[in-house]
Amino acid sequence: MRLFDVLGPVMIGPSSSHTAGAAKIGYTAQKLLGDLPVEADIGLYGSFATTGKGHGTDRALVAGLLGLRPDDPRLPDSFALAQQQGMKFRIHPVELRSGHPNTAVLTLKSRTGRVLSMKAASVGGGRIRVTEIDGVPADFGGDSNTLIIHNEDTPGCIAEVTASLAMRRINIASMQVFRAGTGSYAVMVLECDSHIPHPLVQQLAVMPGILKVTCLNVDEPEESAEE
Amino acid sequence: MSFLSCEEMLAAARTQKISLAEAVLRSDLAESRLTEEQSRHTMRHLWHVMEATSREYDPAQRSRSGLSGGDAAKVEQAHKAGRSYGGDYLAEVTAEALKTAECNACMKRIVAAPTAGSCGVLPAVLLPLARVGEADEDAICEALYVAAGFGQVIAARATLAGAEGGCQAEVGAASAMAAAALCHLKGGTPEQCAAAAAMALGNLLGLVCDPVAGLVEVPCVKRNVVGAVNAVACANMALAGVDYAIPCDEVIDAMGRVGSLLSPDLRETGQGGLAATPTGVRIAERLAENDG
Repeated sequence: MRLFDVLGPVMIGPSSSHTAGAAKIGYTAQKLLGDLPVEADIGLYGSFATTGKGHGTDRALVAGLLGLRPDDPRLPDSFALAQQQGMKFRIHPVELRSGHPNTAVLTLKSRTGRVLSMKAASVGGGRIRVTEIDGVPADFGGDSNTLIIHNEDTPGCIAEVTASLAMRRINIASMQVFRAGTGSYAVMVLECDSHIPHPLVQQLAVMPGILKVTCLNVDEPEESAEE
Repeated sequence: MSFLSCEEMLAAARTQKISLAEAVLRSDLAESRLTEEQSRHTMRHLWHVMEATSREYDPAQRSRSGLSGGDAAKVEQAHKAGRSYGGDYLAEVTAEALKTAECNACMKRIVAAPTAGSCGVLPAVLLPLARVGEADEDAICEALYVAAGFGQVIAARATLAGAEGGCQAEVGAASAMAAAALCHLKGGTPEQCAAAAAMALGNLLGLVCDPVAGLVEVPCVKRNVVGAVNAVACANMALAGVDYAIPCDEVIDAMGRVGSLLSPDLRETGQGGLAATPTGVRIAERLAENDG
């Protein structure tokens, strides 16, 4: 375990898995949506559903969806903040066939009509794993700048994407490719060593065969959060 | 790579002729891709948050369940009125452990050290020393590196999660880390730091994780006090040259094995120990009704 995983994170209490991890799930989902959600459906599974309330899991998830980081002192007041900022949310238990005991299933809609569904687990010490994006399996931690691309399952798509990254001298730290269970499309998850610029995201989005581009820049300051 | 054994960590300090803190720092830089400056800056930030948590403690604040809050202020008042044993340091260590752990229960900002449930132990033993000028910020940060090094070894050989190892993995680990930090601050040798950590963890071996209603409150808040006070006693023993018969690595391995032998009821599920007492169950039922 890295030094600052043993000492740290700085977080709002009381639980690294049920509070800090939950906030990070919400935060990551909001970043992936690319905008403030106006509607959020939040399903809680396992221990998130049974002891979540006492740990502030509900308030932490909503805080994250509003773009607050896990150490933001406003976290306990997130329900009031959501009302001020016009975000409607519904929190309810869900049954999953299997899953990590601390799992949340989020379905979000932005004011521009963009929709995102995400399943993620809080795996301890405030760390998370995103396990599903828009119904397709995924596996990333939200600690690196991450690019998620839905594309038609045709030859050459991956090469075009990696070439675009190479052209901008963006190094890929890890890459996963998943095929959707039904339909003929696939999803790529690329964790990158440097910032993923907005123009690149726009360029990728209009490339033939690419259906949707989602981007998470963890090094991005709050003010410049882009649509 | 972080160290996989205390033996290896001590050997690195010995062969490179550097302090234990320096050895821990260097081992992490290679892995984390941080520069030394960034690492030291982050450590200082963690210390500043520990100070801020204590400073911003509000005696009137209660946790959402109503089970936590206000106890640190009682301890401070009683000590001022002459109604406590053990002198200023013990009273302050007790109060600081309660303060940080109560802040955690009240959804305030803390440093997980190594976990949120055990966040009060390290600040409890260090804050009083900083306040009276017995240790400056640089010395405290060095001691925190030593603490982190032992925490990393515990994570590598056993676990830091109550759900896996019980409270011995959280407050036990925090106590070992704090004992080593205190030992280092007073100029203890790396061997003495390891002995302090071994004693602290050995003393808390078998401690179960039995949160009432599943919340990080009862008995977690007060167990932070025991972790802190135990750390002080073990650091004192190690500094005096008292030996521990079992080497630190073996104590850590034993903790891991004891953890896996513990019934799941005693590993953060809120099904055993104090959580399963008639009063513990009543509290859980009352809270469930209020939430429903």
